[in-house]
Amino acid sequence: MTGPLSDVPPASTEFLATVAARELEGKQRVFAGVGLPTLAVDLAVRTLNPDLELVYESGVCGARPEAMAEGIADSVLVSGAAAVVPMPVLFGYVLQRGHVDVGFLGAAQVDRYGSLNTSFIGSWRDGARPDVRLPGAGGAVEVMANAGEVVVVLRRHDPGALPDRLDFCTSPSPVAARAADPRAVPRGFGLRTLITPKAVLRRRDRFGELEVASVHPGVSLEEVRASTGWDVAVSPDVVETRRPRVEDVRLLREEIDIVRLYLR
Amino acid sequence: MSVDTSAPGVVTDLASAVAAHVEDGMTVAFEGFGHLIPFAAGHEVIRQGRRDLTFCRMTPDLLADQMVAAGCVRRLVSAFFASGSAGSLYEVRRRVEDADPAPLEVEEYSHYGMVCRYQAGAARLPFFPLRSYAGSDLPELNPRIRTVTDPYGGPDIHVVPALNPDVTIVHAQRADRHGNVQMWGILGAQQEAAYAADRVIVTVEEIVDDEVVRADPNRTVLPAHAVDAVVACPRGAHPSYAQGCYDRDNAFYREWTPISRDPALLQAWLREWVYEVPDRTAYVEKVGAERWRSVAVDERLSGRVDYGRRYAPQEAAQ
Repeated sequence: MTGPLSDVPPASTEFLATVAARELEGKQRVFAGVGLPTLAVDLAVRTLNPDLELVYESGVCGARPEAMAEGIADSVLVSGAAAVVPMPVLFGYVLQRGHVDVGFLGAAQVDRYGSLNTSFIGSWRDGARPDVRLPGAGGAVEVMANAGEVVVVLRRHDPGALPDRLDFCTSPSPVAARAADPRAVPRGFGLRTLITPKAVLRRRDRFGELEVASVHPGVSLEEVRASTGWDVAVSPDVVETRRPRVEDVRLLREEIDIVRLYLR
Repeated sequence: MSVDTSAPGVVTDLASAVAAHVEDGMTVAFEGFGHLIPFAAGHEVIRQGRRDLTFCRMTPDLLADQMVAAGCVRRLVSAFFASGSAGSLYEVRRRVEDADPAPLEVEEYSHYGMVCRYQAGAARLPFFPLRSYAGSDLPELNPRIRTVTDPYGGPDIHVVPALNPDVTIVHAQRADRHGNVQMWGILGAQQEAAYAADRVIVTVEEIVDDEVVRADPNRTVLPAHAVDAVVACPRGAHPSYAQGCYDRDNAFYREWTPISRDPALLQAWLREWVYEVPDRTAYVEKVGAERWRSVAVDERLSGRVDYGRRYAPQEAAQ
């Protein structure tokens, strides 16, 4: 993909969605969530991977929406889709069976091995009431266990969002699963790519730690380190994150999210 | 509509169906994954003042916020505690975070965990295995998520217990007067949740002639043997949607966030839109033509399939 580069800021939705879309190059089947992943998936189909099959948690497979979906159960995902399957088929046969290559997830907290917290901030053990009731597991724990790999986009990069220890482990990495039962590690690689407003972090090994793979333009490696809640590893070949092209930003603004639902 | 609904059977009105089947303290599932959410039935349960319900739903949605705020719910059995992309369910959050104005019991699974619970319940199995929870804190949070030894030599596997609601309530596009229910679009876990229950109430956009159902038997998700009450309830899923009938009222979902955030506004909303509205017909009128136009959908018909029929002997001989 060539063309002039845009100067949208690295914390912008346009920047993050474009970086996320690149993760879908060469992939077959993506489990797409709502929000920023909707933009990333649409952009990937238009620029990098026209044959990408979109699978939604609502059971829609091979969606070809005529308008931007406002949720994973939007009627536009159903009309014209290749298939709509009920929940036991979606979770059991599509996901747990292993048909999904990449899953997009969000999180409130991510740890160094890529386990995710989407449940509680604050204490929850022994009947304590949590400070914040987050949405909970939904299907994220299933995606983490069973998708070939997982991509997470975080809108914050600070020690609260990337803590040394999660307040609650909703969706465990293979590292956490192995610690619980070495024989029961599910099939997925777990989190492979974490995209934040400051950097892209990757895990190279299924049982490895996140390391800084690229730093966004205008952000220093020191700032990334200081903003991470553990002593984060840095890849020996760390680079600057490639900016979106002007065309990527144009597509997002003028063809994908024309009603500015997700782009502010 | 030419259907004779006067014959005794499962066709009834919503107030009678709820009065006959939903009692205080029951476990009630309201299913529909972002689609065909049985809002009209939920509002009728609120109007009839049911209390201490165990409310089961994969993704609680606004319906949970409304029924919790109305004081119907003692315990929430669920996997997700937000309103999709539209934001938090603040009534649920107030109760969980601050016991304000009262605590709410929560029994928490994941989406597939809930599906597996319904599958076990539907087939009258004691539990159902799944690969989701190794290493998660969910089994510590909810001790009903357990592990069993694989009797065939594999590793231990997590299981969830069967969920058998006293009543499951769903909404569908159509049914015949016997209770054969057809739906299309996103089907969620309605079939599993219905078979898991002792009793099943189905509200539908329309009651159709028997022949409409029999012309396309594969579209029947709930055969009449699984259904106790069928209620004609056009637009009974609003503000969610019914594929091919009307679209999701996304504007209402966005409006809910500030309502939900303010307990006084929420109670006022319940008064205006539930308590002081006698039934769904009145609700539909109150919503108004302009709003219905905003969720109107254009036609996109399916193709037709040929089920075939065997020639009668005299036809075959020709």
